[in-house]
Amino acid sequence: MSYVGLAWQQFRLERKLFWRNPSAAFFSFVLPLVLLLLVASVFADDADELDLLIPGIAGMSVMATTFNAMAFNLTFLREQGILKRVRGTPTPAVSYFAGFLGNAVANAAVQVGLVVVIGHLLYDVSWPRDWPALVAFTAVGVVTFGSLGIALSHAIPNFDSAAAYVNAVFLPAIFISGVFYSSDSLPPALAAVAEALPLKHVIDGFSGAIVTGAGVIENAGALVVVALWGAAGLALAVRGFRWE
Amino acid sequence: MGELAIEVYDLHKSYGPLEALSGVSFDVRRGEVFGLLGPNGAGKTTTVEILEGYRRRTGGEVRVLGHDPAARERALQERVGIVLQDAGSYYPRLTVREAVEHMAHAYPAPRDPAETIELVGLEGRAGARSNQLSGGQRRRLDLALALVGDPELVFLDEPTTGFDPAARRGAWEVVRSLRGLGKTVLLTTHYLDEAQALADRVAIVKDGRLVAEGPPADLAPSSAGYRVSYVSNGQRVEHQTADPTDLLHRLTGDALARGERLEGLEVMRPTLEDVYLELTAEGDREGR
Repeated sequence: MSYVGLAWQQFRLERKLFWRNPSAAFFSFVLPLVLLLLVASVFADDADELDLLIPGIAGMSVMATTFNAMAFNLTFLREQGILKRVRGTPTPAVSYFAGFLGNAVANAAVQVGLVVVIGHLLYDVSWPRDWPALVAFTAVGVVTFGSLGIALSHAIPNFDSAAAYVNAVFLPAIFISGVFYSSDSLPPALAAVAEALPLKHVIDGFSGAIVTGAGVIENAGALVVVALWGAAGLALAVRGFRWE
Repeated sequence: MGELAIEVYDLHKSYGPLEALSGVSFDVRRGEVFGLLGPNGAGKTTTVEILEGYRRRTGGEVRVLGHDPAARERALQERVGIVLQDAGSYYPRLTVREAVEHMAHAYPAPRDPAETIELVGLEGRAGARSNQLSGGQRRRLDLALALVGDPELVFLDEPTTGFDPAARRGAWEVVRSLRGLGKTVLLTTHYLDEAQALADRVAIVKDGRLVAEGPPADLAPSSAGYRVSYVSNGQRVEHQTADPTDLLHRLTGDALARGERLEGLEVMRPTLEDVYLELTAEGDREGR
């Protein structure tokens, strides 16, 4: 079977496994939507808050489906010896990882799409005003958070401790990056931290794409920050990679 | 393509200052079941993982089906099946059938997945997820995953460790059927009876070296010899000898002269266990 054919088989397998894993399906799929519905129901009459929340949840979804999922899955696959097994088969590494990463990309894309649709239908947030920006920030966000998740998995000693490592990064990140409220209201020191991290910039990009209509050009600075994190993440992901 | 499936010459492997293998040489012929036998930590798994392409050697020459396994060529991996020593269960949420079918995609001319599942005796559990299998069944799934590509050469690293006796016999039948299919098998084990029952030839590894090599029946110990025993006055008397012919002639001659029978006469050839214990005894004293 060709490289592409094997990647496709791996992708289909990962999709199947994703839906059979209740905790993965819950944290990557259900939880962002539940948070969206809960928080949005509180601010249902506050259009400004909703305009902030929808891009925020979209950004959080990208991080959850890629960063968290990669860190959890790779730690599990390594601990379980599945990566080592894959390496002992003729399946090329590039096909295996294309299928494996493709699963995370699909999750992120579906999730961003759902958030946008729910935001429009239930909460009257506009349809995205700048589609290329939405696609660009989703794509760069997926690559960046995915590779950072892979890089983090190298530091996680075992699967039991994975949740602690992942949430030690994820929870502070979503609270300071303007998912639920504007990061402008943070103390300056925390705002500076958020400014240096990628999630806030992905959310700014989504906000431009969905709410204000600011496109890739206007938000080029944000895209560059995310891409720089992506480059660092890729280097770390490849560098420290271990099959066993 | 030559007669040899595996050629190992003067293989060395060091981890920093620690020398795990210090000059291991052996050949495995095509169609042969070859056993690497030795205590834990002797270097069996290091040797096998170099042949499988997982580890790089620090010295010596290695050929597997004519390839250098360190190059990790797809053309070689398509012809090799691997059962790892200590693998956790393959994707726990996948059924046996799904796992074997998925693995089959990776190979150019796979066996029929259903037939492979039958070969390892899991046909009754084909719909079960691997996290619902018993330890022995999981190991048989490992075997099915290694065989579905219809490999010429199969590596089995301690395939029955932790099995109950019935499960071990079952696994042995599978290995025998592999030989029947003309496959070459490299097996590591620390069970003597397993090596004796399955292997055409055995190499005993100790402290990173081969200390003996040959068909299990021919591995004659240097000191321990044949054991000849019989019952005399209600007590079992045992003699050891390198050549039982002369001893037996004397014993039976004496008995006939006295007009007695030699009750419970037994002649035992040295077993692989005798050889193994003798060869690996020093290591035990060092507390390995």
